[in-house]
Amino acid sequence: MMDLCGFSSPRSDCFPAGLRVLVVDDDPTWLKILEKMLKKCNYEVTTCNLAREALDLLRERKDRFDIVISDVNMPDMDGFKLLEQVGLEMDLPVIMMSVDGETRRVMKGVQHGACDYLLKPIRMKELRNIWQHVLRKRIHEVRDIEVEEIYTMRNVTEQQSDDGKKKRKDTSANKNDDSSSSKKSRVVWTVDLHQKFVKAVNQIGLDKVGPKKVLDLMGVTWLTRENVASHLQKYRLYLSRLQMENELKATLGGIKSSNIYSKDHSSTNVCLQNPLSQTSITMQQKIVTNESYKNLNQKDDSKICEENMNGIISGPTKTKKALLGDVKDPMKSNTSRLSFGHSLPKIEVQSWQEEKSHFQADKPRVASIEPSYGNTKSQGIERVTKVESTAALFSVQPQLTYRHAFEHNLFGDVAGPSYRLWEDELNCFPSQGFSDPPYADYGYHGSQELIADVPYHSLNFDSDYTSDSLEYPVIDQGLFIA
Amino acid sequence: MQKQLAKMKQSLFDQGYLDEQFIQLEELQDDANPNFVEEVVTLYYRDSVRLVQNIEQALEKNPLDFAKLDSYMHQFKGSSSSFGAKKVKTECTQFRDHCRAGNADGCKRTFQELKKEYATLKKKLEVYFQFARQAGPVEKACRPK
Repeated sequence: MMDLCGFSSPRSDCFPAGLRVLVVDDDPTWLKILEKMLKKCNYEVTTCNLAREALDLLRERKDRFDIVISDVNMPDMDGFKLLEQVGLEMDLPVIMMSVDGETRRVMKGVQHGACDYLLKPIRMKELRNIWQHVLRKRIHEVRDIEVEEIYTMRNVTEQQSDDGKKKRKDTSANKNDDSSSSKKSRVVWTVDLHQKFVKAVNQIGLDKVGPKKVLDLMGVTWLTRENVASHLQKYRLYLSRLQMENELKATLGGIKSSNIYSKDHSSTNVCLQNPLSQTSITMQQKIVTNESYKNLNQKDDSKICEENMNGIISGPTKTKKALLGDVKDPMKSNTSRLSFGHSLPKIEVQSWQEEKSHFQADKPRVASIEPSYGNTKSQGIERVTKVESTAALFSVQPQLTYRHAFEHNLFGDVAGPSYRLWEDELNCFPSQGFSDPPYADYGYHGSQELIADVPYHSLNFDSDYTSDSLEYPVIDQGLFIA
Repeated sequence: MQKQLAKMKQSLFDQGYLDEQFIQLEELQDDANPNFVEEVVTLYYRDSVRLVQNIEQALEKNPLDFAKLDSYMHQFKGSSSSFGAKKVKTECTQFRDHCRAGNADGCKRTFQELKKEYATLKKKLEVYFQFARQAGPVEKACRPK
């Protein structure tokens, strides 16, 4: 049913006509008006007055909508949360609406990934052009793939410069494919799918991972390389962000890092963070000079902004890179890493040994390491402890080789202290004061599912975290700014 | 009839009861929804009753929960803006200002004003729509001068 444009509407040949819009607003008056307005724009409209209902609708038929318009204030769920989830799960552009145009609110919308923020009363002309967000997203998805290729290339290049050239050739050859196949069906990265993805990635090793390899390994026939490339990029960014968090948390040492994610504890965390913050900030400055990543980040950032995951990713990524730059050396000696990794390169194995002595990390499961941040040696312990506690839950999960290798290869050095399983994070979150709603929102139940969800949800931090992440540039403040 | 209708509308605008949004809604009227604006306004008055009650109850509490009141008013303002209820909207904004200032008396006073405007507009629009129906088929939305 999907035509060239990826729209399954019969009128899709005259895009933007037939654009499938889901409108979510608890105000019946506005719902009625918006429906009428959108219909006048020749869009296909579905209305919904509850956020949860909207999510159900979106999940039920993954390719059913092209764009979501939602009010910020909803009785059953915070509009920003809905925004996040839609962005993560369905990767659809979301437009926020509100009668409140305060800069703070608009900023929050942007941070949570809104591709636009409309003020009520909304005019027809504002709705006429919403199709641009759909188009833009598709274009950026293509770019994602290209960026992903570059990323992959770089990893390999750092190890073998000769191969880099070959890769480049491959990439350019592939680019053509990417552009032409930019119009693809929307993929919903379910927990299962994501698990397969992570497994594949870990198997290949983050240093060597590339969309094609992952796709081949995943064995999901309907998935395209573009889908994987795009998701891989998000995954990397996510890992980077986690790494940074880990690093920070580790730095705080014995302090309950659970509060890092909670706004309420921000003040405490800020104080505690001072030792690290300096370093972080310095590193960050250095990062600015780190051209390759900078460009990558910028690209990612802009792209991410288009997609609904940006609030979560863009900030941390920048910071991370920065930290990474400086951390390199300190990292070498410090690594309190737990690495599991059948496929881990030698160095990683070493750190693994070191780690072992630090924590009773006897389980072959090591948390993935985020981009090395350096100072975190002992802190890794704290993190690890958390991992340990949840280790049992993850016996099924693939190893962190991916992360470790990732770190290592990208930055030419062994990753820093805290390692965390992609999956672990989710489980760790609750203990860190991570709010439950994110889980609840997904409607997953049961421990098995929770575990399974972990990887998927990892990307979906609660709004507190998300809003903070954009301010990462100043790490100590970043994490705690509401 | 048409002329009278136009005059009525003009007067509503001149007196500041309605704003541009009303015209926007009228422009949406077509054969499929010839009485669209009336439907919207009816829906508004029906749905907002509950909200008005909530606010009234909240205003009787002691001490006042300003955050809650602000939230209610935010909703109310949003609704009122949907069809251009200008004066009502102004009162909403005023009310929210009082909430933020923690001014209980201000809130109560403003709310009384708000209810007055709310009721007045309802009556005026009822007359207007009656005329509109009588005036015959949908007339093109015309902007007041």
